[in-house]
Amino acid sequence: MDLDSLYQEIILDHYRTPHHAGLREPFEAEVHHVNPTCGDEVTLRVHLDGVTVVDVSYAAEGCSISQASASVMTDLVIGKPLPEALEAHAAFLELMQGKGQVEPDEDVLEDGIAFAGVAKFPARVKCALLSWMAFKDAALQAQGVSS
Amino acid sequence: MDGLLPDLDVIRKDFPILERTLDGGHKLVYLDSANTSQKPQVVIDAMVDHLERHNANIARAMHQLGAESTAAFEGARDKVAAFLNAPSRDEVIFTKNASEALNLVARTVPLGPGDRVVITEMEHHSNIVPWQLATERTGAELRWFGITDDGELDLSNIDELLVPGTKVVALTWVSNMLGTINPVAEIARRAHEVGAVVVLDASQAAPQLPIDVQAVDADFVAFTGHKVTGPTGIGVLWGRSELLNAYPPFLGGGEMIATVTMEKSTWAPIPHKFEAGTPPIVEAVGLGAALDYLSHIGLDAIHAHEVAITRYLLAGLASVSGVSVLGPLDAARRGGAVSFELAGVHPHDVAQLLDSRGIAVRAGHHCAKPAHRRFGVQASTRASSYLYTEPAEIDALIDGLEYTKSYFKVG
Repeated sequence: MDLDSLYQEIILDHYRTPHHAGLREPFEAEVHHVNPTCGDEVTLRVHLDGVTVVDVSYAAEGCSISQASASVMTDLVIGKPLPEALEAHAAFLELMQGKGQVEPDEDVLEDGIAFAGVAKFPARVKCALLSWMAFKDAALQAQGVSS
Repeated sequence: MDGLLPDLDVIRKDFPILERTLDGGHKLVYLDSANTSQKPQVVIDAMVDHLERHNANIARAMHQLGAESTAAFEGARDKVAAFLNAPSRDEVIFTKNASEALNLVARTVPLGPGDRVVITEMEHHSNIVPWQLATERTGAELRWFGITDDGELDLSNIDELLVPGTKVVALTWVSNMLGTINPVAEIARRAHEVGAVVVLDASQAAPQLPIDVQAVDADFVAFTGHKVTGPTGIGVLWGRSELLNAYPPFLGGGEMIATVTMEKSTWAPIPHKFEAGTPPIVEAVGLGAALDYLSHIGLDAIHAHEVAITRYLLAGLASVSGVSVLGPLDAARRGGAVSFELAGVHPHDVAQLLDSRGIAVRAGHHCAKPAHRRFGVQASTRASSYLYTEPAEIDALIDGLEYTKSYFKVG
């Protein structure tokens, strides 16, 4: 296995210096997701204003892949209209489930394309998806609150 | 190195998988034996031979193969009884794993409001969750022993925990996370003073310690086949006859009955009362072969080997800056599973880096989340040895940890 395809420098940078970390107010929805097989956890809050994702804040415990993924995800969705953020979610999910065969679109996923290598390590796909799944869950709950 | 099995090279040749080369051309370094052990050729051959030559259902097939298969299955029961020094072969119940064995007791032991079940904070989830379910179902109270900072059971409040009305004391013999060997005979003695039934989870003990159910004076002992060089799909519950006879059945079905009418049924004598349906026959045969194999080498010799390797492992880990071991540091007082943290690198990443060099360890909570929480740790890396582990594999692990540190630029 090619370690460097998994641990891209971008991923390690986000791991060492995560963006948008910490829990902030205001928020309309808060979720807590765990990866039961390994114990990784994330508490994540979403703040919507109309359809705009104004803030996503989180407290995560886990490996480099799960931490970096949370950081990249917040970069991608904060400030975006919710439908666009959910499109990024769908694109990231497709990439992760693609067993390394899916060519990522940098315009949609930005730093998220660095996770293309993770898709070749089945045991780590859940790590990368943890915060994304938490975001979708919280965003849909927040949308329900605000509508 | 003192204590190593004298024929270690020969023993390693008994395990074909140890010849495996992994991706990248790396030789397998298997340090995940507390998760599951590897299988010697004699176990593989015994199972293949049974399937090729003797396969039939047991106890009901009136033909030669049925007789051979029944003899092989019941022969495995004899081997388990001897392995445990059980007073009677009828006290040996085959289950699908240790979890099912523990659930069997938790589902059938009589409990009610006012009763107490005592477990410990260092249990595997399989010896926590069944007791949570049992106490929630019956209205009994669930209490537990804590863990000291050194990773031993905290017995300072034993008088407060073990009181009249305590019906069950269930604990692990050897911790799968901390490696701690618990004073089970002493706790059993104290538990019996208040009339409690003692349930021992021997999943980690059976592979590496001589098990004598009479000497420890337990009432139930559970272990699993796949950690003692046997196959998956087979576990064992040993229990005292008088208790097994008194408790109701666990699962209903074929083979566990004396007679059935549309209105009601009566039960077969033990052990069959607790073995509903067609059991894991070839798995029992494999387990029997595995116990023969271990007994041939000798559990005392295997234990000495584990102590020697674990001492070497602990010394190696102590040489790596940033590593902190969870659990007792005296190899003679612990089992061969060693959990540790590496500062600045998450256990998944440690395991991934080691895997890239062919080294198999476990990373995560090892199904012992409360024990991790006790030490303020979310996850750890665990290296676990067995009778086939050689010092060079520990060297590879230690080199791998230094490589991990340099890869992640820590320390």
